[in-house]
Amino acid sequence: MIPAKFDYKPAQSKEEALSLLAEYGDEAKLLAGGHSLLPLMKLRLATPEVLIDIGAMEDLSYIQDKGDVVAIGALTKHRQVEQSDILKEHIPLLAHTASHVGDPQVRNRGTIGGSLCHGDPASDLPAAILATRATLVISGPSGERKVESDAFFTDFWETEVKEDELLTEIIVPKHTGESWAYQKFNRRAQDWAIVGCALQAGDNPGIGMVNMGSTPVRAVDAENALKSGGSSKEVCELADSGLTPPTDIHGNESYRRDLAKVLLQRALES
Amino acid sequence: MSIVGTKVIRKEDPNLLTGRGQFVDDIQLTGTTHMAFVRSTEAHALIKGIDVSAALECEGVIGAWTAADLELPPLPGVPGLERPALAIDKVRFVGEAVAVIVAESKYAAADGTELVIVDYEPLGAVTSIEEATAEDAPLLYEELGSNTVAEVPTEDDHQAIFDAAPHTETIKLVNNRCTAAPIETNACLADYGPAGLTIWASFQAPHHLRNRISAWLDIPQDQCRVITPDVGGGFGQKINFTPEFFVAPVLSKILNRPVKYSQTRSEAMTSMYHGRAQEQEVSVAFDNEGKIQALKVFASQDMGGYADGTGMGMPVLTTAMSAGCYVIPNVSIAWRNVLTNTTPIAAYRGAGRPEATYLIERAMDHIAYKLDMDPTEVRRRNYIPKDSFPYPTHSELAVYDSGNFEGALDELLNIMDYESLREEQAANRENSQKPLLGIGFSSWLEIAGFGPPGSLEGFGHLGSWESVQIRIQPDGSAIIYTGASPHGQGTVTTFAQIASEYLGIDYEKISVRHGDTATIPQGIGTMGSRQVAVGGEGVKNASLKIVENAKSIAAHKLEANPEDIEVADGSLFVKGTPSKNLTWAEVATFSFQRLELPETMDPGSLDTTILQEVPNFSFPSGAYACVIEIDRQTGDARIRDMYLVDDCGTVINPLLAEGQVHGGVAQGIAQALYEEFSYDENGQPTTATFIDYLMPGAPDLPSYISGRINTPNPNNSLGAKGIGESGSVGTPPAVMNAVVDAVRHLGVTHIDMPATPQKLWEILQGGSK
Repeated sequence: MIPAKFDYKPAQSKEEALSLLAEYGDEAKLLAGGHSLLPLMKLRLATPEVLIDIGAMEDLSYIQDKGDVVAIGALTKHRQVEQSDILKEHIPLLAHTASHVGDPQVRNRGTIGGSLCHGDPASDLPAAILATRATLVISGPSGERKVESDAFFTDFWETEVKEDELLTEIIVPKHTGESWAYQKFNRRAQDWAIVGCALQAGDNPGIGMVNMGSTPVRAVDAENALKSGGSSKEVCELADSGLTPPTDIHGNESYRRDLAKVLLQRALES
Repeated sequence: MSIVGTKVIRKEDPNLLTGRGQFVDDIQLTGTTHMAFVRSTEAHALIKGIDVSAALECEGVIGAWTAADLELPPLPGVPGLERPALAIDKVRFVGEAVAVIVAESKYAAADGTELVIVDYEPLGAVTSIEEATAEDAPLLYEELGSNTVAEVPTEDDHQAIFDAAPHTETIKLVNNRCTAAPIETNACLADYGPAGLTIWASFQAPHHLRNRISAWLDIPQDQCRVITPDVGGGFGQKINFTPEFFVAPVLSKILNRPVKYSQTRSEAMTSMYHGRAQEQEVSVAFDNEGKIQALKVFASQDMGGYADGTGMGMPVLTTAMSAGCYVIPNVSIAWRNVLTNTTPIAAYRGAGRPEATYLIERAMDHIAYKLDMDPTEVRRRNYIPKDSFPYPTHSELAVYDSGNFEGALDELLNIMDYESLREEQAANRENSQKPLLGIGFSSWLEIAGFGPPGSLEGFGHLGSWESVQIRIQPDGSAIIYTGASPHGQGTVTTFAQIASEYLGIDYEKISVRHGDTATIPQGIGTMGSRQVAVGGEGVKNASLKIVENAKSIAAHKLEANPEDIEVADGSLFVKGTPSKNLTWAEVATFSFQRLELPETMDPGSLDTTILQEVPNFSFPSGAYACVIEIDRQTGDARIRDMYLVDDCGTVINPLLAEGQVHGGVAQGIAQALYEEFSYDENGQPTTATFIDYLMPGAPDLPSYISGRINTPNPNNSLGAKGIGESGSVGTPPAVMNAVVDAVRHLGVTHIDMPATPQKLWEILQGGSK
């Protein structure tokens, strides 16, 4: 790891992090678990002048049962999400999806907030967050604001979080339906998904897709078909409807479209 | 009990597993500076100018140099085609070293490289053999008039036999470009002071490097010391010359400070030599019974941007070994080496033989397809009988020493339930809920034990022997010094086992030292599965000579005849009278004391040095089978079982032999299913990170089921053949034969490696999904 030169500013609290963000603006990057940012810095694809390390902030690492919803602090590690009894009971899709992120080393360092703010369409957790219809709490100089997960991912590796803001909490409604599944298709155990599909069935079904567009996306047409009682075949045929999957070395667009249908079918059957 | 053939735990491991290994980057010298290269971002371009001025202003940067500043001779290589140490006027692949920075820290060095401005005038890039051999192709060397740098046409194409044959088949194969990607990338630390040069290098052949650096720098070999400390894997990538090993000493001399270079993974992916990258056109003529009448092979080797001497030899080895395990009365070979604007090619585990095995084993299955015959039966009908050795082939290089190819297949079928698998395959085809099952075979043999005189000189080495020196210490322990330069093979363990066996000294009292040209007599290095068959034989012969002299000392002291002395369990005693004995420690001490020795012996004369040669190559062989499952919907191919029968002759340590096979098989599976180093049309690498270059890990690989037969090597007294490359040679065709077998019912006869899910999905889309 031979990154470009940067200043390192550890923040101990949310307030301190926001004040550092206000001070350094677009020169700064937030460092949480480092599992998205550090590889980019290693390749010098990211060269922030200031790193504000929020990894040690205890106040943003929690999983709390709040009645109809579960509140998750943005700095909660993937491993904690994976092993949380609250999540396993009330939002099992999220706990299960977290167990598919990288490998144990990654899951012990990476944070749910970091993964969401990176906004990578190839990541596992954003798809699950979309499927669960979570709400994201963003803190900034003028206080807190809430953004629905649908509006959170704005462009490739871009999110609703502005340069002077910080994602602080993810509020996830408890799953009232019975079935859910995360289907991840990849080649090697630690790879990103070539395509992934997070399904949470129920009255208001959610289907989040991995690597099926320039941002994490929902398969809205398939969701509607599912909601209106379409057959499994009809639902699956719509898995890629309205989506524009990329072509890359691991799979072209038509292969990804078909994978989306296969994975949704497997999710529905599991 | 004999220690040779025993599962002894590796002597190397306690250090490595407790973090006490010492690799080049671990070595700290006072005043060390750090070197980094500016590497070409263009695949093929003229260099119109290089501006290092901003880099020189960068904090911590000590200096920046281009080819023009240093005026270095080209690196050792193929006469007329040597590559420059730093690019001169032109770059020929992305990743080529263009300029060099030295700084106080590796961070400052990296910063400096980013500030160097290189003005390129892009030329058209050729990234494949087809493009490079096209009529109006851009030329890497205008002065040569062609990108084809070597071409050997066939002497006799046996066309009449093909014309008259009942059946012929022609197949076109691509042996995909791979990179070995050892855990430790290239690294060196050069310290060139008034007393000479010492260079620590991550390399497989320290004396080879020493000889070439000293010639290149024009300094005597006694003042040029190469040390290869712990080396984190090589796989053939570390026997070739790259600029760092030559430029670092020059800069160390200029700066009068140590210069360290430790490559990043990103650099390693494009600047360490790649392997394979060979295209083949293969024709077979055969009769109605499946007996082969003739084989025709044309191998085109992609050399990458520069012609490496080892790389030039790849198609030589491929075409020498093309007939595999079979009686083929007429073999016609031809090959060519072609430059392209890609990373240069050299040896990668197996080096030319995986390519040979792949072509003949794919051809065998094509015969089976054509005749609707079982693939094992086609092989049986063509095997060289086990009583026909030594077996001369179409190639002067390859006179097979020994083998039992049908015996290996019999053992393979013994450890697997072939009949049930075929039944399961048929049942699965009818049941769309089940994955498609494929069963693939490979009967393989390879040329190893590089040791006969002349075998390595052609690749630029001093000789083909390996050095072994055994020095008995006064307390009866022994130190073996060898020119073998292991980097994962376990040579420290196997050599100690062999020495213990023949010296009668406890295994725990034998050390093996390697990797230092100042202390090792001379050496060649570790490559070509040669250490046990060549160096190991040297250990045995040196041990026997020492024991003979030790017996003379014991006889003198015990007042007996030397021929009556026996050695066992650490002592020397008179046959039939074990009470009349001396411990090895006593004999060892006496060996240094004039007054205790027979008159004919001088103190210290137990020490023995041997440069071991062998009369022929060795030919390890075996039979592998792969059982693969293909997901009908996604095209994902997963290996369910690998059955492996190896015949490497005598096994010194079954644990290590198994480990070598497992690692080789993993690399073979990787080539067949996962790995391919690729470029876009402009010569930009598209798989230069481990995100895109799919090197599999343990979770992605199956367990292996192993069997073994033993046909001793008649050309050394140990009977050992070598096993370092077996897995990577025998595995790819077994896997690909299984993949094709799984989709044979769809009319498929060929799929190129790697068999990616998308490729298989596309095939399945065309068939019954």
